[in-house]
Amino acid sequence: MSGANASATARSDHGMSAHSNGRRDMVIETHGLTRYFGGRKAVDGLTMAVPRGSVFAFLGRNGSGKTTTIRMLLGLLEPTRGSSNVLGHDSRQLLPEIRARIGYMSESHTLYNWLTVRQCGEYQSRFYPRWNERIFQAVVGHFRLDPRAKAGELSRGERAGLSLAITLAPEPELLILDDPALGLDPVARRSLLESMIYVTRGAERTIFFSSHLLEDVERVADYLAILDRSVLRACCPVETFRSHVKQFLLRYAGNAAPPPQLPSLQGLLHVRRSVGELRLTIAGANERTRQLLRSFGAASVEETAVGFDDALVGYLGNRGEQGFFLEDTTALETSGVKS
Amino acid sequence: MPLTISILTGSNVSIYQQIVDQVCAAIVAGRIATDEPLPSVRSLAEELLINPNTVGRAYGELVREGILESRPGRGMFMSKRRQIYSRAERTRRIEQAVTSLVSQAFMLGFSAEEIVEEVAKKTTELASSSDKPSNGGGSQ
Repeated sequence: MSGANASATARSDHGMSAHSNGRRDMVIETHGLTRYFGGRKAVDGLTMAVPRGSVFAFLGRNGSGKTTTIRMLLGLLEPTRGSSNVLGHDSRQLLPEIRARIGYMSESHTLYNWLTVRQCGEYQSRFYPRWNERIFQAVVGHFRLDPRAKAGELSRGERAGLSLAITLAPEPELLILDDPALGLDPVARRSLLESMIYVTRGAERTIFFSSHLLEDVERVADYLAILDRSVLRACCPVETFRSHVKQFLLRYAGNAAPPPQLPSLQGLLHVRRSVGELRLTIAGANERTRQLLRSFGAASVEETAVGFDDALVGYLGNRGEQGFFLEDTTALETSGVKS
Repeated sequence: MPLTISILTGSNVSIYQQIVDQVCAAIVAGRIATDEPLPSVRSLAEELLINPNTVGRAYGELVREGILESRPGRGMFMSKRRQIYSRAERTRRIEQAVTSLVSQAFMLGFSAEEIVEEVAKKTTELASSSDKPSNGGGSQ
């Protein structure tokens, strides 16, 4: 493992240059992307990049700006400020031939309700020269849809399945899935995961998806971005994210007790107190952090890894400080915490 | 028993690390034959329902560590000269285990001497019962 640390992580507002230094090129890039609805900021200065070939999870609580961002990426909504590029083209001017390379599945699964499953496929296939009927049939089969059923009579999970079949059949280079698992039963969810993993057979194909199902995210995503109250808080490989969030267990013996008021700690996400114990979830802890923790008068300080869900909930919870940013879309070994 | 890998989400061990650990454990336990390929990246990913890149990175790590070797056109095999963990990783692991052991022992009210004594007793016990070749002397 190289000792690379701060070198490759400088955040550039000029964007990530494609192909340089063996870096993968980016299928999505945003620069200061911002959107207001009236006086309310829905997305605030979003600068991120999605590498080609990644399975990229776009995370955040409801109302954090994920759908708004996705709509701007696709040119369905004008940004108030900033810009975004998809497949190297400005989102505001996506030509039909570029759009044909993007598969988009919205939260609402817009379908023609009066058409049957089979007719939906036939209708859509006319718009795509690269329509792969085998994929359409496979996904429809996976979700056990009756090809003769009317789209309007399908359950939520079945609609998702049909929607996914329509989205995957043109074999898009970039898949953008807005909360595809919403409302799916466990069987349909599994089919969705299988379909997503199937898509990765094409090494150059990218999946950008939002989700609240952390178990699924942990399984399929290799990159993540976290939006918290319209602001980007992390954008890095999942492994980097995990290795940056640690739990520190401070045990107190006898009459010793944890300090009632903790001094300000860089990257502190979560605090849990119990008798004779203090559990701190901290992002980007370094030697200084450890030194500081040792000064809290505990009998022992134990450092452990945390589960993916705990790490993420730590990020999105209300406690802890907000002023740092975790970024790295270049290499797994490198990592950086911005303050 | 052949190699079976099962992964757990929500654990504080990442999926990537779970694969690395389980392949190592299977090798130590002699559950992987030298001439039998491991499942391919794609098939393991599809079986476990996880991102193939994760399997690829786990295998890559095992190759770097000298535990697996890739034979072109045939797949991934257990390496002949096997060094289960790198020196740094071994150090990290023993430190972690010792920290946990010692702090728990202190919490239980044992003295430093008693802890050392317990560790020495167990070490002698395990060393005499084990016919495993020593894994500690190798330098890389």
